[in-house]
Amino acid sequence: MASSHGTPPVFNNKVIAWIDYRLPIFSYLEKEYHHFPTPRNFNYFWNFGAIATVMLVIMIVTGVVLATNYTPHVTMAFDSVERIMRDVPQGWLVRYLHMNGASFFFIAVYIHIFRGMYYGSYKSPRELLWILGVIILLLMMATAFMGYVLPWGQMSFWGATVITNLFSAIPVVGQSIVDWLWGGFAIDNPTLNRFYALHYLLPFVIVGVVALHVVALHIHGSNNPLGIDPRGPQDTVPFHPYYTMKDGFGVVVFLIIYAGFTFFMPNEMGDAANYIEANPLVTPTHIVPEWYFLPFYAILRAIPDKLGGVIAMFGSIGVLFLLPWLDTSRVRSATFRPIYKWFMLVLVIDVIVLGFCGAHPPEGFWVPLAQLGTLYYFFHFLILLPILGKIERPLPLPPSIAASVLKKAG
Amino acid sequence: MATSSMPADGHSDLTRRDFLMVATGALGGIGAVAAAWPLINNLNPAADTLALSSVEVNIQPIQVGQAVTVKWRGKPLFIRHRTPEEIKTAEAVPLSELRDPQTDNSRVTDTAKKVRPEWLIMIGVCTHLGCVPLGNKPGDPKGPFGGWFCPCHGSAYDTSGRIRQGPAPKNLEIPSYLFTTDTLVRVG
Repeated sequence: MASSHGTPPVFNNKVIAWIDYRLPIFSYLEKEYHHFPTPRNFNYFWNFGAIATVMLVIMIVTGVVLATNYTPHVTMAFDSVERIMRDVPQGWLVRYLHMNGASFFFIAVYIHIFRGMYYGSYKSPRELLWILGVIILLLMMATAFMGYVLPWGQMSFWGATVITNLFSAIPVVGQSIVDWLWGGFAIDNPTLNRFYALHYLLPFVIVGVVALHVVALHIHGSNNPLGIDPRGPQDTVPFHPYYTMKDGFGVVVFLIIYAGFTFFMPNEMGDAANYIEANPLVTPTHIVPEWYFLPFYAILRAIPDKLGGVIAMFGSIGVLFLLPWLDTSRVRSATFRPIYKWFMLVLVIDVIVLGFCGAHPPEGFWVPLAQLGTLYYFFHFLILLPILGKIERPLPLPPSIAASVLKKAG
Repeated sequence: MATSSMPADGHSDLTRRDFLMVATGALGGIGAVAAAWPLINNLNPAADTLALSSVEVNIQPIQVGQAVTVKWRGKPLFIRHRTPEEIKTAEAVPLSELRDPQTDNSRVTDTAKKVRPEWLIMIGVCTHLGCVPLGNKPGDPKGPFGGWFCPCHGSAYDTSGRIRQGPAPKNLEIPSYLFTTDTLVRVG
């Protein structure tokens, strides 16, 4: 481990020393973000935790600014968003940053989740770290869904109608739950008000869970592409400056792409129907959620039974909670799992195919394709992973991170 | 338990303490639930929302074969003045062919038990996931059964508003309504 790890740092600045003696935030930063021993072999997949954090901050900052001009009322919400777009100084920029920020937050988080799956980051002793991450994903989905309702466009209204109606599939109490969620007999002003309140609240809940996620991460430290534990100082580097630089570089590249979308094609990932004000009496011909929900929407529609579809959709996130125990292999990284590596790729293709199924109306071959995709998704987690861990013969693990890195360097 | 601070016969004292702990904890738990209820109930439909729950419609101007959409409880209400052929088709369907078996007569009866087959009054919300089916406006597609067609996921309803094809589980819902006069209907 890094040499100064464990000894309390000495601060030359008297103000910092005074504060740190009473509230050790500077010691904490020194220990967790400066000297923190981090595996020396990260690839760029390890950037996405930092990128997701940056996106969370951007979403909160732009969201707070938008809230100063937004009116959560059914007769004024749509117009207040148009006012932000046309009249408020640089309101268009803040709104486009927020709108595209949601997409890029999900891009970062989905890559982060893929990283965790491919390199087995959820395995012992990081199961709770993984579960906290799944909770963050669920909170993000709820926040994104409610945020999409706020502009009060046609897709806001009808997306909310379809998704809240999912709960009516629950036997006996379903409709009462839906009326309770709505605060009325249809999506209306009470619904918009509460969604606004929760959309403002939940990001701060996410910040809290992210803090727990980071605390859990810093107990055993990060996993790494080899999936083996560091065995000594030769296997690690201090977090700063090595990974502050690498993360900083990744963040900048990511932000360039994000800015490209925000400035040059801000509506590329949105639906044009949401620029029509919500009309409770007219349904758009084709209701689609935002792209990041499409695979789950496809799973919902793949099951011909209403309740069954709802259970499958929630189950598709539910299995992620069980992933640390469903995967029976003791080898973390897919690099050393010759069969799992390919099935992981198949799962990614499966989720993308499901996404396309979710984007198309459920007609023709899209229906059996979505059903096949759903079947494979659950097959991967519930059947393949438990069996594969038992029968797969992993490749020999390298003796240490340092040995592997130095061999590669020649 | 710390035996040193207790007399040797402190055994009975221990169970009394346990009882008090459990009783206090249970009462506190009930209190917490009771305190949470107003906050949960706060999200239920408010009195003004409930007050809007009935609407009166003058049906005199609706011609035979015409349908109108009225907003009721924030949802579209379909009122269709059915043609004799439409009524005949709806009545001729055997119940065994229906997913949600209901006679046509039972769907055109008001709360005073008076049957008026020419007036079909329904909530225009698809029972699948809540879209508004097409078929009320003259140019709308009416689907393969001549009634309504939901564009979202392809559910088709017949001239009695009963589900005939597609993913919806139930017929279009009939609200409770009453003809206060021959030309005036109160819904809700």
